[in-house]
Amino acid sequence: MIHSLFLVNASGDIFLEKHWKSVVSRSVCDYFFEAQERATEPENVPPVIPTPHHYLISVLRHRIYFVAVIQSEVPPLFVIEFLHRVVDTFQDYFGVCTEAAIKDNVVVVYELLEEMLDNGFPLATESNILKELIKPPTILRTMVNTITGSTNVGEQLPTGQLSVVPWRRTGVKYTNNEAYFDVVEEIDAIIDKSGSTITAEIQGVIDACVKLTGMPDLTLSFMNPRLLDDVSFHPCVRFKRWEAERILSFIPPDGNFRLLSYHVSSQNLVAIPVYVKHNISFREGSSQGRFDLTLGPKQTMGKAVESVLVSSQLPRGVLNANLNPSQGTYTFDPVTKMLTWDVGKINPQKLPSLKGTMSLQAGASKPDENPTINIQLKIQQMAISGLKVNRLDMYGEKYKPFKGIKYMTKAGKFQVRT
Amino acid sequence: SSILRPTILSVLRNEDLKEMLESNKESLKLEAMKRVVGLIAKGKNASELFPAVVKNVANKNIELKKLVYVYLVRYAEEQQDLALLSISTFQRALKDPNQFIRASALRVLSSIRVPIIVPIMMLAIKESAADMSPYVRKTSAHAIQKLYSLDPDQKEQLIEVIEKLLKDKSTLVAGSVVMAFEEVCPDRIDLIHKNYRKLCNLLVDVEEWGQVVIISMLTRYARTQFISPWKEGAMFDENNEKAFYDSESEEKKDQMEAKTYIMDPDHRLLLRNTKPLLQSRNTAVVMSVAQLYWHLAPKHEVTIVTKSLVRLLRSHREVQYIVLQNIATMSIQRKGMFEPFMKSFYVRSTDSTHIKTLKLEILTNLANEANISTILREFQTYVKSQDKAFAAATIQAIGRCATNISEVTDTCLNGLVLLLSNRDETVVAESVVVIKKLLQTQPTQHSEIIKHMAKLFDNITVPMARASILWLMGEYCERVPKIAPDVLRKMAKTFTAEEDIVKLQIVNLAAKLYLTNSKQTKLLTQYILNLGKYDQNYDIRDRTRFIRQLIVPSEKSGALNKYARRILLAPKPAPVLESAFKDRDRYQLGTLSHSLNTKASGYQELSDWPAVAPDQSVRNVEVIEPVRNLPSSPTSYHRYNSYMPDSTSGSESEEESSEESEKTSSDSGKSSSGSEQESSSESESQQKKKKKTKKAPQKKSKPAAADRYSEIPPVRWTLRASFFFPVNLACPDVTTPSFGPVKTYELLHHMTGKGLSAKYHFPRQPCLYQPSMVAVQVVLTNSSDHSLEEIHIGDRNPASLNLHCFNTIERLEPEASVTVSMGIDFSDSTQAANFQLCTKDDQFSVSIQPAVGELFMPITMTEQDFSKEQGKLLGMNETSETIAMATANTSSQAISKQVLSVANVGVVSSTQNDIHRFAGRTVSSGALVLVSLEMKESSSALLTINTEKSVMASMLLRDLKQALAQA
Repeated sequence: MIHSLFLVNASGDIFLEKHWKSVVSRSVCDYFFEAQERATEPENVPPVIPTPHHYLISVLRHRIYFVAVIQSEVPPLFVIEFLHRVVDTFQDYFGVCTEAAIKDNVVVVYELLEEMLDNGFPLATESNILKELIKPPTILRTMVNTITGSTNVGEQLPTGQLSVVPWRRTGVKYTNNEAYFDVVEEIDAIIDKSGSTITAEIQGVIDACVKLTGMPDLTLSFMNPRLLDDVSFHPCVRFKRWEAERILSFIPPDGNFRLLSYHVSSQNLVAIPVYVKHNISFREGSSQGRFDLTLGPKQTMGKAVESVLVSSQLPRGVLNANLNPSQGTYTFDPVTKMLTWDVGKINPQKLPSLKGTMSLQAGASKPDENPTINIQLKIQQMAISGLKVNRLDMYGEKYKPFKGIKYMTKAGKFQVRT
Repeated sequence: SSILRPTILSVLRNEDLKEMLESNKESLKLEAMKRVVGLIAKGKNASELFPAVVKNVANKNIELKKLVYVYLVRYAEEQQDLALLSISTFQRALKDPNQFIRASALRVLSSIRVPIIVPIMMLAIKESAADMSPYVRKTSAHAIQKLYSLDPDQKEQLIEVIEKLLKDKSTLVAGSVVMAFEEVCPDRIDLIHKNYRKLCNLLVDVEEWGQVVIISMLTRYARTQFISPWKEGAMFDENNEKAFYDSESEEKKDQMEAKTYIMDPDHRLLLRNTKPLLQSRNTAVVMSVAQLYWHLAPKHEVTIVTKSLVRLLRSHREVQYIVLQNIATMSIQRKGMFEPFMKSFYVRSTDSTHIKTLKLEILTNLANEANISTILREFQTYVKSQDKAFAAATIQAIGRCATNISEVTDTCLNGLVLLLSNRDETVVAESVVVIKKLLQTQPTQHSEIIKHMAKLFDNITVPMARASILWLMGEYCERVPKIAPDVLRKMAKTFTAEEDIVKLQIVNLAAKLYLTNSKQTKLLTQYILNLGKYDQNYDIRDRTRFIRQLIVPSEKSGALNKYARRILLAPKPAPVLESAFKDRDRYQLGTLSHSLNTKASGYQELSDWPAVAPDQSVRNVEVIEPVRNLPSSPTSYHRYNSYMPDSTSGSESEEESSEESEKTSSDSGKSSSGSEQESSSESESQQKKKKKTKKAPQKKSKPAAADRYSEIPPVRWTLRASFFFPVNLACPDVTTPSFGPVKTYELLHHMTGKGLSAKYHFPRQPCLYQPSMVAVQVVLTNSSDHSLEEIHIGDRNPASLNLHCFNTIERLEPEASVTVSMGIDFSDSTQAANFQLCTKDDQFSVSIQPAVGELFMPITMTEQDFSKEQGKLLGMNETSETIAMATANTSSQAISKQVLSVANVGVVSSTQNDIHRFAGRTVSSGALVLVSLEMKESSSALLTINTEKSVMASMLLRDLKQALAQA
């Protein structure tokens, strides 16, 4: 299915190639470079590009294009999903997935790619199995390896691949047994210029970090499972049990994994945590524009709104912005016209504001459109949908684990039209 | 020399690599191999090291060995003779007692593309396919494809192996062997029959990548083996039932068939077993199930995939791109599937351009009479986008909406005309092009617009736009008899400086004017034809010569000349504005071919349903295995089938016994089945969880109609003229609370209506026709056995009732239904609107009595404004009562929900927790209606309504009281 893989950086250099069948010349990437040149933004390169003899399917992550070469019909999502899985694995192994990290760990990268595909068909993509096969590099291990010449390839064989629970490695041992769950919800919203919500929805995930000895069998139940409208599971979750009892029952992988993603039923009203008062205006014939932005908390259930970051793509005609933030710092990039304001925490007594003027190109006409404002924020200790975990029980092992749960709400794609 | 240096260096370095590889020290060898792999990764040539590397193929160090394998697979093709040296090592390893060593040997051996070892590979594959270990058998399935691509002549023998492996009952093997089947012999569906049911049952436990391959193969299989679950004629297109009813006899036959259709249990099995996979985290799996349902499921079942597809839109950009493409294709035929999720397709400024365009495409597909005002309001924002290519695409989309929905054609046209004065050239040009198409589809009196365009002509520079205006002038020259010749005069002056496409249209215009108004334009035309005769472009010279012969009578021109007018000014068919995704469904959804809209190599056609079902018994498996009493197999986790250990098929029992040597795997199997048992016994002694005690307000989720609301957003009531759609959508800031019908009421029962039944609901949208009207949607259904004709609205009572009728429905077929919109001005009273619903032969008196809450429009105001306005509406204008509240209704969300279910008002954000405020205006007279609810202790509350309309206030009070008292 997947013939070859090329990694291309932002400046258009191929810095890694891997072939699973006979070698495909890297000149096939010329078609990709052409598309890259045509695209105004890096994101605008089409994910699927046909060439005379091959098809190029690519994903862009961390400013690296992962370009897969395909020779015949295959579901494009199959390739895209796999490429993202490759990136996730690299991130898991090296902490970051940058060109430098990949180049520094080129041998591990090659060993991973070798195990992940056989003849272009995915073989081992579960992080637990891969970690049995190839140990992730650590500073200590790298040092020991250099001195003793020992290896980062696992001596054991990947027994997990054959077990009932292919996602969990065998023989897990911890002195402190702990299981942490993070409920993270994101609000996606479009707010129109008058402050009305055009669309708003909540998406959530439960990320887990489970470090438990042996083969624990966990069940997790919610106070209000009916909130969850549409869910997708890690393969470890028993589907029938969810269908029948709305309980998550699973033998977890070892380490970090995403247990569940969900969408909160759209029948529930979505609480919008902040409001924006804005007055961004340009006058005909004037080379100045007014910029006035105030943020305030709206429905936050008494919790503080933190890590607020406002960004906005100002119209092309704007040369510079001379603004005065009541708190935090702002930057304006005159090339990309991107205005970013790092607000920090919103104090309901003293609302943060950003006021001032924008200078426009002399003689240029008034911009047609007012900019859209994108907002990022965090609210700790609260899931905005009201979702609550009821209890977590462990079966199958005798010890008492430490269990912890954390809630957080973030803004997802939160846009205010002005 | 500077060019030479790197090569010298690399040669030098390779020399030292060679020494390192040949040294006795393991660590040096490993170090060297790591550097070699680094070279390969960068695409550098390291082939001259082959002899030194291949010697290490039998090394004990696992990492070194693996790196040597990487090297070998990369360069064996170039160094075939030397590669043969390593073969014996692999042959030996194939006999190793450890399954992983056997598997890895087969993997490398089959990856070495050296034709001379084909017989060795064939033998190795055959042996491994019978291996005890499923992991080795999986590897052999992969090896089949490798050998096939190396030597296609081995096909027959390989099919035998595939046949054998298809019978394998391990979930580990299933995906890989189906992959081999798809590559080697996708047309041999006869091999699938006996394995069909097993594959369906195993599917949920197969690894995710295998699931995708199996589902796609089974889709193809099902289309050859089962008969269509779709009613004949209804086909894919829910909007186009006409075609089918055209012939009466066929209709009867088809209905007979539809009635006797019973789905093959095997067909049902596939649908049932794939459904849980919609919850997979793997987007490719979800998409493949979605396409399976699309191509195989009965029409009404396809909708279950909608939610999952919409969920995928949260994923990475590339995933969105593919999913949106597929939704675009689906939404053309099945609007209803995605309409409730319309807002998920709203464009965000951060979306990349191709995502924006696809969303626009989908929104346009979803547009219908009921939601068009919402969509147009959204488009209005897009037109102003900084991304001008996207703005242009939006204009085209508006054009498509205008042609598809006749109610808004004029509105759109007016909006587009306004855009002609936009500052951006692309926007103007696109508007001109779209207006041209619209005028053509609407050959009514539009001379005003043409005149307007003629005025703007001098300022428009984009050639396509100029050409379009000229074409319009020529086509409708008789409607603008004064302007057209003048435009021609101007063009004669600038002819030589124009672009080719404009020149062609000038010649066209000249010809048409010559035919209709030769008195004024004869000389001008001749002048232009002369200019054209000597133009540099041969197309223009050709066109000029042709036109001259056609229109100017001469002895050579002959008979054709007489028909010049009929040729040039023939009524032209209007261009069809349609989706670029219209015919995409000829490709199986989710495929590369669908994504590219061209057939990709290796694409397997999806066959049409067979007219008669092939023999069903081919799928019967002779031996029914003794299943129930065996312990469950260790390779199944019962993820979906069940969590009870003994209720699965357990069909893998054989395998367990064949795995005696693999101690580890059966061990882990036991431990887990052990844990399942323990789990039940331990369930009493459940442990308390440490968690934070803070309680969040719990939301109720109950299936009442009121829950259908998303949110009624606060809205500001500004009656300023909208920038874009000034005429009919004068109140753009009134947002729409929800898409779905809220409560449906019966208008006409089918017994009284002689088969015609009608239901209505209030969509709570601003009425398209007049702002003082309340929008009402009526669903008309024909439950009789004959078609009903000329359904329309007849007399009304009171006669003064201001009512916007729907267009007469010429024909409504049996079983068909149609949704129409009406507007009724209730004059702010709940008095029923009585009118007659007529068909060709009958008249039925019906009446619509609105609940008082439907006579409002939500507005936004600040808390301060609310108090201020409230202060003006005291005394006679205030109605209040202390009411009892149901305990469930004490949270602010519950209160909003209840109030909004009763009345179409907006929420006023409040700083006081115990007071809830709502504001609205009456639709007809625009009188303010302010509702406030002040919570008191012991679940009672003071409900106050301030409005001039005191009758409405008391009715609203009664309704609200009732709603809030209900749990």
